[in-house]
Amino acid sequence: MFKGRELGFRLGTGAVAFCIVLIVVAIGWELVRQSQLSIAKFGMGFWVHDIWDPVSGEFGARPFIWGTLYSSVLALLLAGPIALGIAIFLSELCPAPLRTPLTFLTELLAAIPSIVYGLWGIYVLVPIVRSVETSIPESLKALPLFSGPPVGVGMLAAVLILAVMVIPFAASVAREVLKAVPMSQREAAYALGATKWEAIQAALYYARTGIIGAIMLGFGRALGETMAVTMVIGNTPKISLSLLAPQYTMAAVVANEFSEAADELYLDALIEVGLVLFIITLTVNVISRLLIWKMNRPAVKRKVVKVAVSPVGEAA
Amino acid sequence: MNRDAIRRARSTLVVWLSALAVLLALVPLAMILFFVVARGLFSLNLAFFTHMPAPVGEAGGGMANSIVGTLMLLGIGALFAVPIGVISGIYAAEFQGTRLATMVQFAADTLNGVPSIVIGVFVYGIAVLPVKQFSALAGSLALGIMMIPIITRTTEELVKLVPISLREGALALGATRARATMSVVLPAAAPGIITGVVLALARIAGETAPLLFTAFNNRFFSTSLNQPISSLTVQVFTYAISPYEEWHRQAWAGALVLVMLVLSCSILARLATRRLERLQTGQ
Repeated sequence: MFKGRELGFRLGTGAVAFCIVLIVVAIGWELVRQSQLSIAKFGMGFWVHDIWDPVSGEFGARPFIWGTLYSSVLALLLAGPIALGIAIFLSELCPAPLRTPLTFLTELLAAIPSIVYGLWGIYVLVPIVRSVETSIPESLKALPLFSGPPVGVGMLAAVLILAVMVIPFAASVAREVLKAVPMSQREAAYALGATKWEAIQAALYYARTGIIGAIMLGFGRALGETMAVTMVIGNTPKISLSLLAPQYTMAAVVANEFSEAADELYLDALIEVGLVLFIITLTVNVISRLLIWKMNRPAVKRKVVKVAVSPVGEAA
Repeated sequence: MNRDAIRRARSTLVVWLSALAVLLALVPLAMILFFVVARGLFSLNLAFFTHMPAPVGEAGGGMANSIVGTLMLLGIGALFAVPIGVISGIYAAEFQGTRLATMVQFAADTLNGVPSIVIGVFVYGIAVLPVKQFSALAGSLALGIMMIPIITRTTEELVKLVPISLREGALALGATRARATMSVVLPAAAPGIITGVVLALARIAGETAPLLFTAFNNRFFSTSLNQPISSLTVQVFTYAISPYEEWHRQAWAGALVLVMLVLSCSILARLATRRLERLQTGQ
């Protein structure tokens, strides 16, 4: 009776919890199923093919994969050091009375809806970016990074907005990771005569896997960000190194073209773009979670101490 | 001696650089809040909440249908996401360390990281395509799926925050584990769980991408579950990318409402969880 209820509680809650696992599996399965036409027609070529032409029925996702990866990598280059700085300041240096309000403020950045970022991006950020782009000197314009006309919408605006959106995520995870570093690590450094920065370096070194995980988690966020990027990146499926060029991302093309996809193949190709995005973000997220988990539970002793059972003890 | 001076200078430099990083992050926050309030307040009035969208060229109008739509989508989404999320969270906290609990935590984190647009495509495949109809139900399904991992992880954290002595007291009185959880631990964690749910709702209220091709949009007032429905976010998006000045103003007003909603919920949740943390430290 007692035992039965106990088991019922465990099985009942467990069954519901298992739903979450099922949902994740179902997402992958459904995306594969719905993009059959496109998978059958283009195969692996879909990942590397350059042309996206709904009229002639030719679909390749490379421009979008490029746009997504390029914008996210650049955003992380910008956001990573800032997020790390915030984490260091808030966990190691901040005067106690300022810590809570400052933490709250940086986390507010994560709470602002993506559509609001997008709106602000179109009407405030893009004009600023445009005026900055027009003032780039001619000598720099010769570089591939700054080639093209200064239109405002494009890679640079997307990178800036992504960086702002990713900072709070990476910072808060990195802060958690730094918090998990034993105080003794810093104390040991101080005892050896280290300066503040040297002690922080010791903590950073100890937390390195977790910090890489935190930055990668931010990367995963940037990859999947949809609305804000759609509104400022210019939506042109063309691979370019230039920061000024309008480009396209996977999330943006799905958001923009999904409801106007007239024929089956077009729709399936768009769903396959979603599938590619799912696979890439899943890989990045799983790796980053594993890194963070590994970091947060290093205390578990791996070594199992085998105790020899003495026959004498058994007899007694 | 000289080397020491360099080391000390480098240390001071890093302290200032990291403080600068915090300031750098606060600049966009201040800028966004400033513009949303400055432009939004200008066009926010009572009509915004009570009137229907005005046709192009006509001044005035509001987003009454979108506000009702957003509330409906959130409500129905929460209807199935809250039970699943809370129960999974209880499981993950109660049986932590078991293989399934670890799997659930990992799945929740993974689901949390799935791009919202992909959730939209998934729900399109299971709830729109089979019936060939955009619907409020599909929209709330998409939002619900996004709420589940947030609610699960919050519940888990908060159940773990409840002092172990409370549970031990119940167990010492002869309660089963199920009874101890249901009658003692959960009530203690309840205020926290509720705020967690509110926070999840606030976060998800700002989602646009999963609604684009599930709930779609609707120019008219609708509360029907199997019809497309308007939402604040999709309406703001539609207005923002339109060429009309009047619609841009409406978009800013909508953004202000969204931001106020999210901010007030965040502050509320912050205050409530602090109370629970105090309970944990025993003060």
